Amino acid sequence: MQYIDRLQVRKRINFRLRLNSILKYVFLGATLSGLVVLAILLIRTVSQGFAWIDWNFITGHLSMDPEKAGIMGAILGTFWLMLVVVFFTLFLGMGAAIYLELYAKKGRIHSLIQTNIANLAGVPSIVYGILGLTVFVRLMDFGSTVLAGGLTLSLLVLPIVIVSSQEALRAVPQTLGEASYGLGASKWQTIKSIILPTALPSILTGSILALSRAIGETAPLVVLGIPALLIPFPGGFMDRFTALPMQIYYWTLDAALVEEYANLAAASIIILLLMLFILNSIAIYIRNKFQHRF
Amino acid sequence: MAVQTQLYAVPAIEKKESKNKNEVEKESIFETKSLNLWYGETQALKNIDLKIPEKSITAIIGPSGCGKSTFIKTLNRMVELIPSVQTKGDIHYKGSNILSKDYSAEALRTDVGMVFQKPNPFPKSIYDNVAYGPRIHGIKKKSILDDIVEKSLKDAFIWDEVKDRLKENAFGLSGGQQQRLCIARCLAIEPEVILMDEPTSALDPISTTKVEELIQSLKKQYSIVIVTHNMQQAARISDQTAFFLNGEVVEFGKTEELFTEPKDSRTMDYINGRFG
Ligand SMILES: Nc1ncnc2c1ncn2[C@@H]1O[C@H](COP(=O)(O)OP(=O)(O)OP(=O)(O)O)[C@@H](O)[C@H]1O
Ligand SMILES: [Mg+2]
Repeated sequence: MQYIDRLQVRKRINFRLRLNSILKYVFLGATLSGLVVLAILLIRTVSQGFAWIDWNFITGHLSMDPEKAGIMGAILGTFWLMLVVVFFTLFLGMGAAIYLELYAKKGRIHSLIQTNIANLAGVPSIVYGILGLTVFVRLMDFGSTVLAGGLTLSLLVLPIVIVSSQEALRAVPQTLGEASYGLGASKWQTIKSIILPTALPSILTGSILALSRAIGETAPLVVLGIPALLIPFPGGFMDRFTALPMQIYYWTLDAALVEEYANLAAASIIILLLMLFILNSIAIYIRNKFQHRF
Repeated sequence: MAVQTQLYAVPAIEKKESKNKNEVEKESIFETKSLNLWYGETQALKNIDLKIPEKSITAIIGPSGCGKSTFIKTLNRMVELIPSVQTKGDIHYKGSNILSKDYSAEALRTDVGMVFQKPNPFPKSIYDNVAYGPRIHGIKKKSILDDIVEKSLKDAFIWDEVKDRLKENAFGLSGGQQQRLCIARCLAIEPEVILMDEPTSALDPISTTKVEELIQSLKKQYSIVIVTHNMQQAARISDQTAFFLNGEVVEFGKTEELFTEPKDSRTMDYINGRFG
């Protein structure tokens, strides 16, 4: 008794192959539609803003006069923010992920924490802004400083970093950990020299995406009362600052008053994209370096 | 078949008796006393009483799921890594009960090394794989590490194949080479006991032969406990064999005896391939 009818199989094979090639183009279309939107956005931004980028624009102070306006203050502000966010998310995010994934007993409390972290990832960013305003700006009295802004943005992306780092740690084959324990290594030794280095490339991939999101975030900064005014360049964590997304936001708002502000906003977007690009390149460089060592 | 078994049995017994006259019984390195183990609700080991002699090869055989891996993983307390596991009873290693709370698992595993079924080198260089154990135990000096790495790789019969590529990633080695590397990595912590869970089941016949020769050469210095599904392998390399069935030890004795004239009919059935 044969269950598989060769004749039927041959008839269906053409259909199966056709379905396969149709789906290939559907998926290609999905990829392209994202790319097309991105390309249109980029082309429009670059054509509008590129002519406005010059040395004075990059290094100059803010000014009401579009011809004289510069965004060094916003660039520095974003740079300082990045430092704060990288520091806190990497340490807190990886630390929490290591604890939850490798140390914590899996039980009711563990899954409660786990669910809450997943939920936090879905909280609107403006809510984090309100939290930051209450806790960092007022309660801890940091004022509208780099530190307050950076901590707020860190909170915003921490859930994403924690969850993606946990996934990266979980993906490390258990046999590697067993091999290490089998040689008498302690848990921390195993984590430090085997599990973490193996997981680091994927941890960084997740963190890069999260950091990019934090750097481009505007709403929480608006709530924190970050100005786009004539203020001195920030030189440290306790200085008042403005950031590129804020600058873009205010210029876009005011484009109704002064037309050229729209072009300045476009130029600032290009600078912001460049900074993200540099940040990502550094992270990818570190990641590849690690992948080579193993 | 039965006749043949008889024919083999007679000279084997004679040989054993002549050996016994001028050979002292070996000290036991491990002694388990009514050892029981549960995974959650299911009992995987039932009242195991075994004395494992030192400086010899002990084979563990039995059908799939009978608790062989579970048993050898209790000997270096690797079972503890599974949260649901509960053990009862004693395991004496050189006189101390390793299941007591104040015996450190890390210290135990430095004395009792383990080689796994699937080769599991670290994603590091060949050198760093072997040096890993000594390093975690605090050896930092390059010259000492160099010596340990060379000696371990030589003892594991793999030095000639890798001596020119010590800095290369261990994943570039063949499966058989990886397994010998894992044995070298285990030797590098200078253990007293080596536990092996089906160390050749993922290897081709030639690599298997190499690993078997290696195991036999190691028994001068180490006490070895090896789990195997391969009856010929158990018969070829081990000094004594334990037959496990459903979490119990059915029979334990000299390998020659167990394979030629088993006392229990279930052992007989198993080694004749009637089940399992
Ligand atoms: N992590 C675990 N959780 C629950 N039950 C387990 C676990 N590991 C093993 N068991 C059960 O314990 C029993 C013994 O398993 P063990 O792995 O020791 O068998 P084995 O003799 O090594 O088998 P094999 O020859 O297939 O490797 C089996 O019934 C198995 O299902
Ligand atoms: Mg097994």
